[in-house]
Amino acid sequence: MDIRSQVSMVFHLDKCIGCHTCSIACKNVWTDRKGAEYMWWNNVETKPGTGYPTKWEDQEIYKGGWEKNGNSVSLKGAGKLRGLKNIFHNPHLPVLDDYYEPWTYKYEDLFTAPEGDDQPTARPVSLVTGEHMDVKAGPNWDDDLGGSPDYARKDVNFKDLSASEQEVMFQLERMTFFYLPRICNHCLNPACVASCPSGAIYKRGEDGVVLINQQVCRAWRMCVTACPYKKSYYNWHTGKSEKCILCYPRLESGQAPACMHQCVGRIRYLGVMLYDADKIQEAASVNEDELVDAQLGIYLDPFDPEVIKEARKNGIADSTIEAAQKSPVYKFVKEWKIALPLHPEFRTLPNLFYVPALMPGMATVKDGVYEESNTQFLWGGINNDRLPIKYLANLFTAGNTDKIVEVLKRLMAVRWHRRQTTVGDVEQGIVDMAMGEVKMAADTADAIFRLTSLATFDERFVIPPAHREESIEMLESTADVKGSTGFGFKETPKRGW
Amino acid sequence: MDYLLFVVFPYSCLVIFLIGSIYRYKNRPFTVSSLSSQFLEGKKLFLASQLFHWGLFVLFFGHLIAFLFPASVIIWSEKPVRLLILETTAFVFGLSAFFGLVLLIYRRLTDRRVQMVTNKMDFVVFIVLLVQIISGLLVAYTSRWGSAWFSTFLTPYLRSIFIFDPQIDAISSVTSLSLKIHVVSAFAIIGIIPFTRFMHFLVYPIDYAWRSYQQVMWNWNRKGIRTSKAHRVGPKSKNN
Repeated sequence: MDIRSQVSMVFHLDKCIGCHTCSIACKNVWTDRKGAEYMWWNNVETKPGTGYPTKWEDQEIYKGGWEKNGNSVSLKGAGKLRGLKNIFHNPHLPVLDDYYEPWTYKYEDLFTAPEGDDQPTARPVSLVTGEHMDVKAGPNWDDDLGGSPDYARKDVNFKDLSASEQEVMFQLERMTFFYLPRICNHCLNPACVASCPSGAIYKRGEDGVVLINQQVCRAWRMCVTACPYKKSYYNWHTGKSEKCILCYPRLESGQAPACMHQCVGRIRYLGVMLYDADKIQEAASVNEDELVDAQLGIYLDPFDPEVIKEARKNGIADSTIEAAQKSPVYKFVKEWKIALPLHPEFRTLPNLFYVPALMPGMATVKDGVYEESNTQFLWGGINNDRLPIKYLANLFTAGNTDKIVEVLKRLMAVRWHRRQTTVGDVEQGIVDMAMGEVKMAADTADAIFRLTSLATFDERFVIPPAHREESIEMLESTADVKGSTGFGFKETPKRGW
Repeated sequence: MDYLLFVVFPYSCLVIFLIGSIYRYKNRPFTVSSLSSQFLEGKKLFLASQLFHWGLFVLFFGHLIAFLFPASVIIWSEKPVRLLILETTAFVFGLSAFFGLVLLIYRRLTDRRVQMVTNKMDFVVFIVLLVQIISGLLVAYTSRWGSAWFSTFLTPYLRSIFIFDPQIDAISSVTSLSLKIHVVSAFAIIGIIPFTRFMHFLVYPIDYAWRSYQQVMWNWNRKGIRTSKAHRVGPKSKNN
């Protein structure tokens, strides 16, 4: 057993209101720079939709992630031979137009335009070339199903759905959507690290944050291809790749990452998970329908004395182990089993888990009348979901529908229980039946309810106390360069020559 | 004049190259990058970059072998057919590098986005490369069977440079102007490596071939850090 600690996250999709506050927080702190304007280390997508960059989930186009190869896995679009061969031109690299061309407006024209018959306008100008441009795409261009025929209908996750099933989904009265906020997953089996020819990308042992060393990156661009979530971005100005750093300078000083701190809907949870690094290879190589269980099997019980002993032996601090015991992520993922990884079939073992959205699916419209179908029979809402189960399964369980139904049932059971507790208009027998089928105790349902809707800041973010002896930011005074080169950069991020 | 061109200049270039690239690699690592512009324009780059890089790649190693193991080339070229094959191959790769470079220059001059990441040194690079490749093609065309005479004229001269006993008789006796230009511009390229994007070929990631795929890094001694005795031991890793 080789126990390591990992800072991981849960996003509760039922609570996401799609306000993009997280994206803005991240943009303001990290990517408001030349060459990084188009990057959204945190972005929020409407599902169904094609996302950002367009169709990122379609690995037939982008060749990201790993694929099963006998008893092991190999990189789909990169790797040693392919990486060194394609170094002069990477055929699977997304280009700027696959994201969007960043722009600003000529605001000064509003003030300096000469007097005339027309209102002065602020025309959009490209942040790449500085020329006037027509805005044709943006990071959330298909927000709230905007332009559905062009975007939502081309969602890659419809791949196993029949044409008639898709048609039903897009009938106006059945249309539904939910939001999918995404950041780097800080994977256990990161494809970006494996694909980097220079060895610039690494996973920090202490907390599992995946970082790109800006001084070693040589712009071979393989990480952009290899990351199936397209969360490694190429800075066209500096000629270096960049990615989400999970705000490690904030984490090291006990603060929640900017995106999480700002979250208006309080959908985000962050905590430590202990895992067994020896099992990574094995878990990444199982068959598709077993992937979720195999990954969840890697995370260890932080209360198990044997685990604690081994963790200490590996140099994990007691305070970190304690944080793992209080981790909200552990509760959602392992204890309550209501959070799932995004696209486990990419085999990177992502550390960001999602509680699937229940609400938009549960209510339907029949004969023009809004109907709560779940009053008719116990799991009615799930079986007649407006979002086909298969669609959710393609997102969160590599197509395993049983797994997603199980999670949705558990979420429904909590609702039955809370309805009974707070309103009391449900027959106790129905509640018992629901709770019995998912084998959930009343106090567990109450705990899920509490952490979902009432939790305070400190309950949602259980960040291990700072370990001065381990941190980078505390030892090197980054404040020295604040106001000149910017927080974090120790030399001007100027393009080489 | 020959002394200046074939002794003073080469040594200056080599010294600048050594000191400059080590300094830049050690002290300004952030500037060392291939500065790929594929992200801004990928379609035109495909043919241009592949032709250019693979052309140069083969020619570079061809020259290296001729310099390090001249005997092997002579033995290979004993039969006229094999000499013909070698010469044709080299010439084809030379043409490939040439057309690749022309396409690259065209792309950089015409694509609006790529223009935004173009600086003065890129033009210096283009000019020396054009001189180098064109003079090389001329040598191959006008003074044919270079793979046979390379070891007579060039190897003794180059070897003398690298063993610090410069002998310019061999190179001085050459009448071909293009060959002389080719040699001088070759040293010029070496000399400007630290000041241009040529740096990226020094950091070609060959070690990726034997590195393990996953990299996990601890800032300090992982297991010893919790015991006071072992506190802050071990080399501090460099990770930005």
